[in-house]
Amino acid sequence: MRAFVVAVFAFLYLPIALVVLFSFNAGQHASEFTGFSVQWYGKALSNPFLVEALKNSLFIAATSALLAAVCGTAAALGLQRVGVRTRALFDALLGAAIVVPGVVIGISTLVALVQLFAVVNPFLASLWPTDQPPRLALGYGSIIAAHGLFSMALVTMIVGTRLSSLDRNLVEASSDLYATPLTTFRSIVLPQIMPAVIAGFLLAFTFSFDDFIIAFFVAGAQTTLPIYVFASIRRGVTPEINAVATIVLAASVLLVLLAQWQLGRRKPSP
Amino acid sequence: MRGNLVRKNLLTALLLAPATLWLVVFLVLPFIAIAIFSVGERAPEGGYQAALTFAQYANLPARATAFWNTMVLAPVGAFACLLVAYPVAYYLALRAPQRWRLILLALIVIPFWTSLLMRTYAWMYILGGRGIPALLAYVGIEDLRLINTPGAVLLGIVYGYLPLMILPIYVSLERLDRRLLEASADLGATPLFTFLGVTLRLSLPGVMTGFSLVMILLLGEYLIPTLLGGGKVFFIGNALVDLFLQSRNWPFGSAIAITLVLVSVAVLIVANRISTRLSGARRVDLI
Repeated sequence: MRAFVVAVFAFLYLPIALVVLFSFNAGQHASEFTGFSVQWYGKALSNPFLVEALKNSLFIAATSALLAAVCGTAAALGLQRVGVRTRALFDALLGAAIVVPGVVIGISTLVALVQLFAVVNPFLASLWPTDQPPRLALGYGSIIAAHGLFSMALVTMIVGTRLSSLDRNLVEASSDLYATPLTTFRSIVLPQIMPAVIAGFLLAFTFSFDDFIIAFFVAGAQTTLPIYVFASIRRGVTPEINAVATIVLAASVLLVLLAQWQLGRRKPSP
Repeated sequence: MRGNLVRKNLLTALLLAPATLWLVVFLVLPFIAIAIFSVGERAPEGGYQAALTFAQYANLPARATAFWNTMVLAPVGAFACLLVAYPVAYYLALRAPQRWRLILLALIVIPFWTSLLMRTYAWMYILGGRGIPALLAYVGIEDLRLINTPGAVLLGIVYGYLPLMILPIYVSLERLDRRLLEASADLGATPLFTFLGVTLRLSLPGVMTGFSLVMILLLGEYLIPTLLGGGKVFFIGNALVDLFLQSRNWPFGSAIAITLVLVSVAVLIVANRISTRLSGARRVDLI
C-alpha cells in the first residue's frame, strides 16, 4: 500500500514539476529541455498583454475577497442572532452559492446583468444632461460581483464555524464586567475570529485569482490571467506560459499555506 | 426595554443586509431570469425573446451527446477517483506515522487549491505527441494517440479531483474508533472481514460526501474536456459555453442550465438520503 501511496504522490506532483522545469528551459520548444535559463520569466514580464491580465486578476481578486471578507463576516455574526428558520434559509442559499456549478453561476449572472443593463442604460441616458451618459457594461464590476458571491459564502461558513466554537463564557464574563457590547466585540470576539476572517480572505483571493469559467462569461472586454492563459494554450503551449504558471502556482501555494497557518492559530498574538 | 429590542433587531438586519442583497441580486434573481429565459425563444439576432413555450426543453435531445458524455464520465470519473483515493486516505488516517500525517495531508490539499487550468494543461504535454507517445515510439509502439480521447479526459478528472475525494474519506477514517478494530480482531474476525465489516462500513458517509461533491463539480466541468478532449469529448459545460458565447441561443442554453442544476440537486438529495441511512448524518467540513 505504501508503494501505491508513493505512486499517487508522484502522480499529483509530476505534472506540476514538469511545468516548473520547462519554465526554466533555455530552448524555444516546449518539449525538449536544452539548458537552464530564466529568459522566459523576463519575456513573460515584458509582455504588455500578459502584465495587463495579471494586474486585472490581482485587482479583481483583492477587491472581491475584501468585499467577501467584510460582508461574509458581518453575515456570520448576524446569523448568530436570528431564529432557526432564517438561519436554515440562509444556509441553504449559501450552500447553493457553493454547490451550483461555476458555468451556471457565470451564465445566470451574465443573463441577469445584460437584462438589467438593458433597463438601466436607457433610463440613465434619459436623465443625463449631456450627450455622453455613463453606461453600465460587463467588466471589472461584474467579475468582482460574481466572484464575491462564492467567496462570501466561503467566508460566512469559515467564520461561522469559528464563531460556533467561540467560548461563550468569555463573552458573558465581559458583559458581567460592564463592558459595552462594542468593547466586548472589539476585545473578545474580533481577536478570536480574526484568523478565520484572514483565512477566508486568502482562500477567496486564491479562488478568484484562479477562476476561469465564471470570468469567461461575465468579463465582457476585460481579460483576466486565466482567460489569457487559456487563450494562449489553445494556440499552443509556450515556455512563457510555463513561467507564468510557475509564478501563479508558487503564489497560490504561499497563500494557501498562509491561510492554513491563520486557521491553525488558536490565540491572537499579543 | 423595547427600544433595546428594536436596536438589537436593527443591528442584526444591518449585519445581514449586504450578504442578503448579494445572494438575492447575484443568485436568486439570476436563477429566476434563466428559468424565464428557458421558456422563451431565441431572438432573430441572438439572445432572448419573450414567449411561453417548452420547445427548448423538448429540444434537449439535440445536445444528447454532451448529456451522454457528462452523465457517463461524471459518475465513472468520480468512481475512478474513489478507487485511487481510498487507499491513500486509508494509509494517511490509519497507517502513516503520526508526525508525517499532517504534512502528507497538506501535500494532498495544496494541488487542489492551485489552478486547475495550469495543472490540467501540464497533461497536454505529457499526453501530447512529444510526451508519452514519443517515449513509446522509442520502444516501437507507433502512432498511439492519447490526447483528445475519453481516456485522457478521465485521467484529467482523476488528477484534478483526487484531493477532493481523499479529504472527506480521510476525515471519516480518522474519526473511526480504533477500539472497534481491536474488538473485531479479538472476536476472531480476519483482517479482511474487519476491513469490510467495520472500517469500510464506517467510512461510507465520507465516501458518499466525496463521491457526490466530485460528481456535482464534474457535471459542470468545462476545462478538462476542452483541454484534454480536444473538442471531441463534449460535456454539458462545453454545450453551455457554445450556446451562450458563440451561437447566442440563450433560451436553449438556459433550458440546459436549468436541467443541469436539477440533476445536481437530484444527485445531492440521493447522496444525502444514502448517507443519512448509512449513519447519523455526520457532516464533513472541507475547509
